[in-house]
Amino acid sequence: MDIFLQQVLNGLVLGSVYALVALGYTMVYGILGLINFAHGEVVMVGALTALSVMTGITSLGLGLPGPLVVLLALLVAMAVCMALGFSIERVAYRPLRRAPRLAPLITAIGVSILLQNIAMLVWGRRYHTFPSIITPTPHNFLGATITDLQVFIIVISGLIMGGLLLLVHYTRLGRAMRATSENQIVAGLMGVNVNKIIAATFVIGSALAAVAGVLVSANYSIAHYYMGFMLGLKAFTAAVLGGIGNLGGAMLGGLLLGLIESIGAGYIGDLTGGFLGSHYQDVFAFVVLIAVLVFRPTGLMGERVSERA
Amino acid sequence: MPLLEARSLSKSFGGLQALSKVSLTIERGQIYGLIGPNGAGKTTLFNLLTGLYRPDEGSVVLDGMEVTGRKPHVIVHAGMARTFQNIRLFAHMTAIENVMVGRHLRTKAGALGAILRGPRTMGEERAIRTRARELLEYVGVARHSHAQAKNLSYGDQRRLEIARALATDPKLLALDEPAAGMNATETAALRGLMDQIRADGVTILLIEHDVKLVMGLCDRVAVLDYGKCIAEGAPALVQKDAAVIEAYLGGALP
Amino acid sequence: MVTRLLRHWNVLKVHRHAPWIGTALVAVSLAILPFALEAGLSRTWVRIVDFALLYAMLAMGLNIVVGFAGLLDLGYIAFYAVGAYSYALLASPHFGLHLPFWVLLPIGALVAAFFGILLGSPTLRLRGDYLAIVTLGFGEIIRIFLNNLNAPVNITNGPQGVNRIDPIQLGGMDFTKTQEILGITFPGTHLHYYLFLLLTILTIVICIRLEDSRIGRAWIAIREDEIAAQAMGINTRNVKLLAFAMGATFGGVAGGLFSAFQGFVSPESFGLLESIMVLCMVVLGGMGHVAGVVLGALLLATLPEVLRHTASPVQQQIFGKVILDPESLRMLLFGLALILVMLLRPGGLWPSPIRRRELTNATAPAKV
Repeated sequence: MDIFLQQVLNGLVLGSVYALVALGYTMVYGILGLINFAHGEVVMVGALTALSVMTGITSLGLGLPGPLVVLLALLVAMAVCMALGFSIERVAYRPLRRAPRLAPLITAIGVSILLQNIAMLVWGRRYHTFPSIITPTPHNFLGATITDLQVFIIVISGLIMGGLLLLVHYTRLGRAMRATSENQIVAGLMGVNVNKIIAATFVIGSALAAVAGVLVSANYSIAHYYMGFMLGLKAFTAAVLGGIGNLGGAMLGGLLLGLIESIGAGYIGDLTGGFLGSHYQDVFAFVVLIAVLVFRPTGLMGERVSERA
Repeated sequence: MPLLEARSLSKSFGGLQALSKVSLTIERGQIYGLIGPNGAGKTTLFNLLTGLYRPDEGSVVLDGMEVTGRKPHVIVHAGMARTFQNIRLFAHMTAIENVMVGRHLRTKAGALGAILRGPRTMGEERAIRTRARELLEYVGVARHSHAQAKNLSYGDQRRLEIARALATDPKLLALDEPAAGMNATETAALRGLMDQIRADGVTILLIEHDVKLVMGLCDRVAVLDYGKCIAEGAPALVQKDAAVIEAYLGGALP
Repeated sequence: MVTRLLRHWNVLKVHRHAPWIGTALVAVSLAILPFALEAGLSRTWVRIVDFALLYAMLAMGLNIVVGFAGLLDLGYIAFYAVGAYSYALLASPHFGLHLPFWVLLPIGALVAAFFGILLGSPTLRLRGDYLAIVTLGFGEIIRIFLNNLNAPVNITNGPQGVNRIDPIQLGGMDFTKTQEILGITFPGTHLHYYLFLLLTILTIVICIRLEDSRIGRAWIAIREDEIAAQAMGINTRNVKLLAFAMGATFGGVAGGLFSAFQGFVSPESFGLLESIMVLCMVVLGGMGHVAGVVLGALLLATLPEVLRHTASPVQQQIFGKVILDPESLRMLLFGLALILVMLLRPGGLWPSPIRRRELTNATAPAKV
């Protein structure tokens, strides 16, 4: 039971991060019907930028309090990511809005590779140690351990997700976003500046990505130029699991996937009689993805959409 | 035995009931018209009959074969081919290539045949090409054989689509608003083509808005309104039916 | 194809026998290429060309899936891996099996085709972007399994890979050793060259024939408008599956050849980056156009060497050191190439007549 609870807690932490990233995917998909392949890379840029800022400030020896340094790093990372997200949409996706589906997909892959390699040039190939943004004081919770950092991750993610829901459901911008994702053309006719809304969607998603990047790097104490790929893929799986295009679905999917992965990794040895070990952890996400797409493509919270010929 | 027998077909999308318990029977050699105001469910019915949608209830029997809810290609194999309201040609293929694709299901050569190009495969290819040419002649667009489909005029595109559907050797040809956007001359030519098709042994099911065309051409007509069949019979009688008049004009004439 | 090329350039008007002269010239050049390269540059270049030919086969295989049928497969390298490992496991000290070459290649092809059908059956009905992700996932799953299936039962030997793979043995000749034929000395690299060249030409012929056939038309129809294709009686699921299986088969064969050539395989040769590279060859060269795809493959396969000889010295000159090593530079250029091609020249460097119309007419309204 102890192990189970531990895995559940780990899963919630992981899941919160997945949820934050999944939101970015699901928002873009909801509005453009496009998988933003490069989103995982934005997360990575967020993490590494924050790292650089923190390292930079510390090396300046200004003696600023820890939390302030973290906050500054986070803000800079968010700004950089938002600019990045905006540029990606403008340069790689907007010109191809009316091209056959294959085209923006391929550009997205190109952007993803480009970002990875630029990151490799800027930050090198090595694994960077990422500081714990909060001292990870462990606490005992019903036999399992949870650190301050992990609690922080869960709480912050929850707050951000709550904030996003408020934004989408109670503000003018949110209303415009929802309208655009329902029907772009009609929204435009109703006076919504569709281009701006699409840009805003990317920007908001990128901001979330930056936060997610910082949180996940802090949790695992590592940042690396290739970290975005796997994370992005899994977050996308989470979005699909929850129902792509559905915000609540992305959150639910993220948490669920985190739990599945964590619990699965913990028990896979027992489940398969020792044949498969925990290095197969990554496979879970893919299996979930394939299973969802094959058996229930609309996801857990998706609506059944019929196609009219 | 009737060629097509549709019984009590219903289909809803979410909360919207697009079709309720619609039945129709088409006899061999008929030209059967399907009319009704916009949104009445005509294309939905078409899509149900041709396998694009699965009905929520009801059955479709084509030439004695149960085809309810089967996949589109199975239904085409059974002998029902269609055209589309919005013209769905293979835009960047040439006219003749479009029609050749229509011959796909009546021919057999597979990957191995394609690679080896033995005499049987090559003979089949020649036959496909010949038949395609014949069909292009038949509908009157032979002079555009090697033009890209998307570059054809609107009327020619419609006719090409018919040629492509005919290439599947259908027993029943289902045409979704073939005269849409055509002027009087083109419509008359289309009417001539449809008469010829019927004369050559293919039954026709037709969705149309052009009342003159439908009344002059069709043997029987069914009228849909809000997903229900409100009248069915010979055109002259249907025209005078009160419910039909109400559906189109919103009220009986004083 | 040479004749078509020459006709296109109106060379036929120049001389009645031009097509034959042209073909003869090309044939002779190809025949003496390895010797010319070795004399002019080095034997390493022959090796590079050998790999380039393997990539050409791979790219043509992916072209069937992406170019003809319009299905974006991001995990294509998995079939290469499967073919390579099938060969390796059946022709090396690992299991102590040493099956002959002419049995191994078909087995590799069949195993790859099997995986193609296995992957394709549940997933080919998915829409383009979903299919892309799923295939990507599949590619990764294969790689992870190859990397980890060394415990508790050692099947793939994990990250260390399988080495001492049997070389190709044909006509009593061991292809890794220099042979003397008709008085001419053929080093191993040259022997492999002729074999790969032959197979590449065979692949080209097969692909051209496939394109201009009932199946080829069905693939293009599906790519253009799947619903209309279904409405014309095409069993789209099976036809798509066929594209997938054929692509997988080509990958499997190329994989087997790779195994034998390199003598060693490990999971790290079969990652996402490799899948993307093959995709890049197809996209850059000319999606759907066999000639373009071969061009793309040859260009991108030789690119690292070219970079090594140009970009590195240039950087040395300007910066005093190499900032971007050829590997990173190559990947950067791939990413850039994918973006730029899609934005500026979606038909690729050498577009097929149909494809060019399709992709560049994206903004022109369809005539309705």
